[in-house]
Amino acid sequence: MRIKNHPILSFDGRETIPFYFNDKLYYGVEGDTIASALVANNVKALTSSLHLERPRGFYCAIGNCASCNMVVDGEPNVRTCITPLKKDMRVYRQKGRGRLHAKE
Amino acid sequence: MQKSEVVVVGAGPAGLTAAHELLKAGAEVTLIDRNASLGGQLIKQTHKFFGSEKQYAAHRGIDILERLTENLIPYERFHLLSETTVVGFYHDKVLTCLKDDRYFKLQADSVIFATGASEQSIPFENNDLPGVYAAGAVQTLMNEYGIKPGQRVLMVGSGNIGLIVSYQLMQAGVDVAAVLEASERIGGYLVHASKLRRLGVEIRTNMSIKSAIGEAHVEAAEAWRLDEDWQGIEGSEERYDVDTICIAVGLSPLTELLEQAGAEVEYISELGGNVPVLKDYETTIEGVYACGDLANIEEASSAMVEGRIAGIRAAQALDYTVENAEMRLKALDDELVDLRSGPPGDNVRRGLKKMEGLT
Amino acid sequence: MIEKTGIPSKAQVKAEFPTPEELSRPKAVIECYKEIPCNPCETSCPFDAITVGEDINARPQIDFDACTGCGICVYSCPGLAIMVARLKNGEAEMKVPYEFTPLPEKGEIVNVVDRRGDVITEGRVLNVSKSAKQDRTALVHFAVDEKYLYDAISIEVSYGS
Repeated sequence: MRIKNHPILSFDGRETIPFYFNDKLYYGVEGDTIASALVANNVKALTSSLHLERPRGFYCAIGNCASCNMVVDGEPNVRTCITPLKKDMRVYRQKGRGRLHAKE
Repeated sequence: MQKSEVVVVGAGPAGLTAAHELLKAGAEVTLIDRNASLGGQLIKQTHKFFGSEKQYAAHRGIDILERLTENLIPYERFHLLSETTVVGFYHDKVLTCLKDDRYFKLQADSVIFATGASEQSIPFENNDLPGVYAAGAVQTLMNEYGIKPGQRVLMVGSGNIGLIVSYQLMQAGVDVAAVLEASERIGGYLVHASKLRRLGVEIRTNMSIKSAIGEAHVEAAEAWRLDEDWQGIEGSEERYDVDTICIAVGLSPLTELLEQAGAEVEYISELGGNVPVLKDYETTIEGVYACGDLANIEEASSAMVEGRIAGIRAAQALDYTVENAEMRLKALDDELVDLRSGPPGDNVRRGLKKMEGLT
Repeated sequence: MIEKTGIPSKAQVKAEFPTPEELSRPKAVIECYKEIPCNPCETSCPFDAITVGEDINARPQIDFDACTGCGICVYSCPGLAIMVARLKNGEAEMKVPYEFTPLPEKGEIVNVVDRRGDVITEGRVLNVSKSAKQDRTALVHFAVDEKYLYDAISIEVSYGS
């Protein structure tokens, strides 16, 4: 649901960026955050709540509330609303608190 | 440990003007912001601002931010640390920062905090469903990223944020079903309300949201009327077929860093909740200042003025000579009086009186 | 009532209008019903026809003799609360601020709305301007039957996108 025509702003000419959400290919554009790219693709439920696994999306969109935490390229608790989208990123719904991996 | 004479935390309207005053006075300034781009909330303010010429009235927020940042560029003593989050602050004026997964410490002689505020939420059934968003978040989505949050929105809260974001939703081609206001009168400027009514958007007072309805995301909303005690009236429920619910119920200053260092914080509801105890914008830690929404929830116009005052005071405390300091401080104080002397300023004036009583 | 609904009463609206005689020439009508800290209407007027004064919270006062209906205040008002009106040949011609896409075209017949957002009549678009100094606030100039002078306030927004 991208805005095509806006009376004040212009959103044209941004390069497409492919990425994966739950192993499915999606496209965002240059300037997107992970969360904004998902919402643009109509994915509103980004992740799950800790105990009851209720669907969660973003809330504040500027990194204050942690409602949008997802697993990105293996790293959990990434605040997707403020993380810039990068080509071929692998994004997953997070279940639980996430684990610290030893980095290779 | 890195060092900087002055550190300004937060590059919104208050931080940008504070940094400018300090640079003009001769100080070395490091401006830190966790975002890649500067401007704080200005970056998504597509509407023309109020106030007077001195606060760039009639200019759009997005354009004002360019002017404020341009002011800083000519100074070699200006250092910008963007995409850098201050994760800790200590009473000896050491900041701990995180940038690109690198953690470092920064020692300052003087620090100005302009970290702004975050949006509040209200409890109601299913308020955690995807599709329930803070109003500012929707503004970010539309005006920064060019994305519609949904097709049809119910706005909760008729303060300036609720009214302005509703208007901006309509500009983006998103339908606004109604604006609910819990109290008996519209909270924001009537001109904003009138603009919305012309667009056919209803504003309903004495009403609030009862529940969000949906499985994986919002599919509808249930609103109800409130009695004089702000309690919902059973039987007065009304359903709105919307896929997005925006919450615009107020902002809360982001005081965590100051609190960590032991600066005193006091609850003053008229100023937005927990606010740092300030005297002339200085916190209870010497050489540490707070301004903008962090000090009291207001408009960007006041934030810009407060930043200048805090910057000048910080510069003077560092023994820099600020040109025409007394005259400028008086003029800036007058600007704030002008901005606050009418009915919209009632709350802040009351809150500031309470603050004066503490120091 | 306006504090609850955002809609001024007919009496409140009429109080801001000049006389029908004065309206033989275009005049600005300022609908700023509550005190707010704001004065671009005053500072933008090249004819000094609008006064807010020392206290920028004061409601603007307009001198209809000095006002030429140039419309600069219309796009300068951050609240989009000003329009220019004129009576001519049995019609009310209005110039209103408009910040939506698509913009209507000159000559187009459009739906005209009142302050409740209800469509009350059709109007004829006389002109649409969007110069750089308007800073993305377009001015739509349209004509309706003069009996709608105190009711017509804008044109219906249509989402072409």
